[in-house]
Amino acid sequence: MQNLMNVTDLSKAEITELIATAEDIIANPDKYADCCRRKKLATLFFEPSTRTRLSFEAAMLELGGSVLGFSEAASSSAAKGESVADTVRVVGCYADIIAMRHPKEGAPVVAARTAGVPVINAGDGGHNHPTQTLADLLTIWRERHTFENLTIGLCGDLKFGRTVHSLVQAMARYHGVKFVFISPEELRMPRYILTDTLEPAGIPYEEVRSMEEAMPKLDVLYMTRVQKERFFNEADYIRLKDTYILTPDKLETAKSDLVIMHPLPRVNEISVAVDQDPRAHYFDQVKNGKYMRMALILKMLEVRV
Amino acid sequence: MNIGQIKDGIVLDHITAGRSMEIYRVLKLDKLDCTVAMIQNAESTKMGRKDIIKISTLMDLNFDVLGYLDAGITVNIIRDGKVAQRQRLALPERVVGVIKCKNPRCITSVEQELVHEFKLTDPAKKVYRCIYCEQAASSSSL
Repeated sequence: MQNLMNVTDLSKAEITELIATAEDIIANPDKYADCCRRKKLATLFFEPSTRTRLSFEAAMLELGGSVLGFSEAASSSAAKGESVADTVRVVGCYADIIAMRHPKEGAPVVAARTAGVPVINAGDGGHNHPTQTLADLLTIWRERHTFENLTIGLCGDLKFGRTVHSLVQAMARYHGVKFVFISPEELRMPRYILTDTLEPAGIPYEEVRSMEEAMPKLDVLYMTRVQKERFFNEADYIRLKDTYILTPDKLETAKSDLVIMHPLPRVNEISVAVDQDPRAHYFDQVKNGKYMRMALILKMLEVRV
Repeated sequence: MNIGQIKDGIVLDHITAGRSMEIYRVLKLDKLDCTVAMIQNAESTKMGRKDIIKISTLMDLNFDVLGYLDAGITVNIIRDGKVAQRQRLALPERVVGVIKCKNPRCITSVEQELVHEFKLTDPAKKVYRCIYCEQAASSSSL
């Protein structure tokens, strides 16, 4: 049995395999329509989420399986004080696979130790969000057909943005990748990503404050939202939330094949005017996320098609 | 030092000078009802200065905890006044139930029954990270 806590739990070969499966699903959806019949996915969302939960549920339904679960802690026995370990152990008796989101970092690790069925981390606080990264990887792959020799800009909340941590860890394994981290001082990339992942591997990175300065060199621009729920102090959130806003004029110096990405939901960090730009791929990420979750479910349930 | 003074017991030798008090506290040696001697700043040809702790009883020691606190320690088990066993410590791969994760966003901060567990992620820099949230242990984690 396999769990997915962090995208680096998957080898490069496994990511290549998932991408191949996802592209086959896109090309031949009928082939996969009934391959998870009688299988159940439990979506345990201790923190509100629309798109990730619906994406998991849509993925399982498109594979012919069923879904059960809850969408907020208040409607689960966690509200009565039950531990994560106990909740998951019970759900493991009903479901074949679990996708879990929790506001506390590392909660899915607790779940994976007790569930008895495969557990997918669907986001744990500001820590990891591996299936979003799988969506991001498929999006980059479908636009650039390679992961190598890309300069990737990550902009906004790099401190609490779990999607950027996972994406950096995943992309750092490919040859010739460079990173440009664009953030205010208070929301810089955590030191441990720099010292544990990038520096030992000799991967070049720079930390800058100006989006405009970084723009011409980027192959991928990954925008993020400053997340209100990650701040203990609302005053800090208000001060930082509008630091970076991507508008069409800021894209004038960008490459013609730049891939603009965002894990969504956006608030105002990408102007809606950018949506018309052919370089904007954030809604493709949503579709790609469903296909990669389908591929992941098939892999973790060891379903052969 | 004359270890012959102990008939059956343990001598923790080659403790980094100044660290014996912390080891005394973490191993809860104050709870023992036997003689415990702590020697600070003893001369050492190898280390210059070192601390030594002598415990005049045989007890179970958690070598992982000791290795985490000070990987250079030599543990001498004394039986009938002689060194029956000598063990040099190393950095343990895992430290379980000793260091506390201080990250307020970690699942261990709300689930009191969870055992705090850390794994060695960078032996050169002696970095241990929480297995749940990956926050590095700090000197205040003990």
